[in-house]
Amino acid sequence: MKLTPSAEQKQFAAALHAMLTEADIPTVARRWAADDPAPGQALWRRLAELGVTGLAVPARWGGLAAHPADIVVACEELGHHALPGPAAESIAALPTLLTTLGDDALCETWLPRLASGEVIGTLAVPPHVPYATDADAVSLVLRADERTLRLGVPGPRLRSVDGTRRLVEVADGALLATGPAVGSAVTHALDAGALACAAQLLGAGHALLETTLRYAGQRTQFGQPIGQFQAVKHLLADVAIGLEFARPLLYAAGVALADHPSTAARDVSAAKVACADAAQRAARTALQVHGAIGYARESGLDSWLTRVWALARAWGTQSWHRDRIRTALAAGDLT
Amino acid sequence: MSPAGTMNLDLDDEARAFREEVRSWLATNVPTTPLPPIDTPEGDLAHRAWERHLAAAGLSVVSWPTTYGGRDVSPLQWLIFEEEYHRARAPVRINQNGLFLLAPTLFTHGTAEQRARLLPRMAQADDVWAQAWSEPEAGSDLAGIRSRAVRTDGGWLLSGQKTWSTRAAQADRAFGLFRTGVDRHRGLTYLMFDLRASGVTVRPIQQLGGTTGFAEIFLDQVFVPDADVLGEVDQGWTVAMSTAGHERGMSLRSPGRFTAAAQRLVRLWRRAGAHGDPALSDRVVAGWIAARAYQLHSYGTATREAADRTPEPPPPPGQADRPARTGATTVPGGGHAASMTKVFWSELDVALHEVALDLLGPYAETGGLRTDPAGRAGDGGDPDAWLDGYLFSLAGPIYAGTNEIQRTVIAERVLGLPRDRR
Repeated sequence: MKLTPSAEQKQFAAALHAMLTEADIPTVARRWAADDPAPGQALWRRLAELGVTGLAVPARWGGLAAHPADIVVACEELGHHALPGPAAESIAALPTLLTTLGDDALCETWLPRLASGEVIGTLAVPPHVPYATDADAVSLVLRADERTLRLGVPGPRLRSVDGTRRLVEVADGALLATGPAVGSAVTHALDAGALACAAQLLGAGHALLETTLRYAGQRTQFGQPIGQFQAVKHLLADVAIGLEFARPLLYAAGVALADHPSTAARDVSAAKVACADAAQRAARTALQVHGAIGYARESGLDSWLTRVWALARAWGTQSWHRDRIRTALAAGDLT
Repeated sequence: MSPAGTMNLDLDDEARAFREEVRSWLATNVPTTPLPPIDTPEGDLAHRAWERHLAAAGLSVVSWPTTYGGRDVSPLQWLIFEEEYHRARAPVRINQNGLFLLAPTLFTHGTAEQRARLLPRMAQADDVWAQAWSEPEAGSDLAGIRSRAVRTDGGWLLSGQKTWSTRAAQADRAFGLFRTGVDRHRGLTYLMFDLRASGVTVRPIQQLGGTTGFAEIFLDQVFVPDADVLGEVDQGWTVAMSTAGHERGMSLRSPGRFTAAAQRLVRLWRRAGAHGDPALSDRVVAGWIAARAYQLHSYGTATREAADRTPEPPPPPGQADRPARTGATTVPGGGHAASMTKVFWSELDVALHEVALDLLGPYAETGGLRTDPAGRAGDGGDPDAWLDGYLFSLAGPIYAGTNEIQRTVIAERVLGLPRDRR
């Protein structure tokens, strides 16, 4: 049973939290958004030192071969700190894609370098992941569909609501693999990416709740902290409930990915739907409780707000995930 | 693959064996036709008989110590029992006020004499208990209680009025708070009294839907012996609140109830051929996700709390046997966090039933009296009683502390926001 973090996972999360707290992420993120990815890349090397980038990499390729729940724990912390960079891609989806595909030459070329932090990677998987996030700031770019896996050739960059997400159109590059095995590997990669994305959403949601609780305790109107008004309390209570009951779905999806492949798609989708809903509620409430100052960029709230808006629709829309659950339930899958 | 209706998480052998035992016992013992309505005289007898039958099989109070008729099972096994109980559509627990609300308080604050005298009788429904918290002027503001307990020789005399008292119309005994001092919170005492005693008048209240699940209780100089004070005099508020989490949280409405309801909803949706309606399908999916979230949340809480339990110290030298354990296995998720659980399950319950009624369409309002020619409600009309269930679900956000009170508790006690001026 792995529905709550183990002592080791809590320790791991605490170490990651301590490192990210010291890292001055707002500055790193601002520079990442302004075409200066060097401080962000340095921070990613620190992540590699803590083992984060090797979690999904098998031991024979220099990784930790960790349980998906460990990736959930790490990504929740990355979301909590609004770390810039292609986390779902480089930490979860890419290693899963290459490992599942099982092409030793490809694995040997890329997995040890992803694990060690020498390489940060990204990928586009149209239609769910149409652009390769941060493709112009990293050194491995792939483009995959149901039949083929290719190197991706970065093209024009598009604006994202989240300035740190450098969305890049990628054209087809050299063919790396083809055939039905690619389709299966892509499916696994999408589930791994969606779970990592859900974990980041939950982390961002918690950050928004914590920030808003602090603000509501300090901001005074009508002679009392606004957090003393029931209207504000009840909004925040609902945010807390949403986040509290999304987390077990996240851990259960990690368990399913590792041990119950037959329900993995359904369980990952349930986690993504619940975490995205909970995070979006947290975002909406955070902005409302902050009022005008939250609408101003100087508050810093926007780094989480925009991340939530972007990630809630990334790695499969809510409709697509609900549809996967609907299909499973219609087929009689009630466990 | 795990059997339908269970979690696909790896239970240990003991938990799996327990699930199999409970499932197979229920499969052969749950009445095939539903018992008569619980608020009718024949339904009252039938539900009491069912509790005796359950107790004889050792399954009426599985989380209690064996001394009082329990099985001393782990929190996780308690959740499994509940899942199986609801999955089997076994009868409503007529004594749930006693089992789920009073018993945890007796284990925490009762004397050995009280436990020995009251618990075995409760376990087989020899005494059916009603709760007597609310009063006409004390609802959400429970500390506004006015009913008094006045000192007399060897005990107390109760006078006043209680209301919305679940099961009082048919129960044998009741428990509640009474004013023994002037201080709002430190002038209340937790007392248990006999509903058949001289000076007690019970007036059933017809509920939405026509049943009489609750009643008013009028008390006129009703004698209660000292032995039926639970906890210290004037400490009733603390006594009641220390176990309020049980009423709000998982004990009262366990996840198994909603897991089973979500599964029935999915079957109804399939039978109704409603896969093609995206709006309805989305609501079915949302209900299933929420029910599963509650189930997974409870499993996580149960295993965490089991792991957090400190091991009992070894027996002193020369004393081979440890003293018998007096406490019951703690049903997981008590305390202020239970307020989150209460809001979650009560809103989930309403949502599941609303979708079911929409699936039943024009046949929903008959409550199962007519069969849908298109098969929407199945051969037995509405065998899952979605209409009755819907009416019952609407009480959820109100009883056991309204969801507005719970949200305030969450904000202040869990999230640490400044206390309201009350």
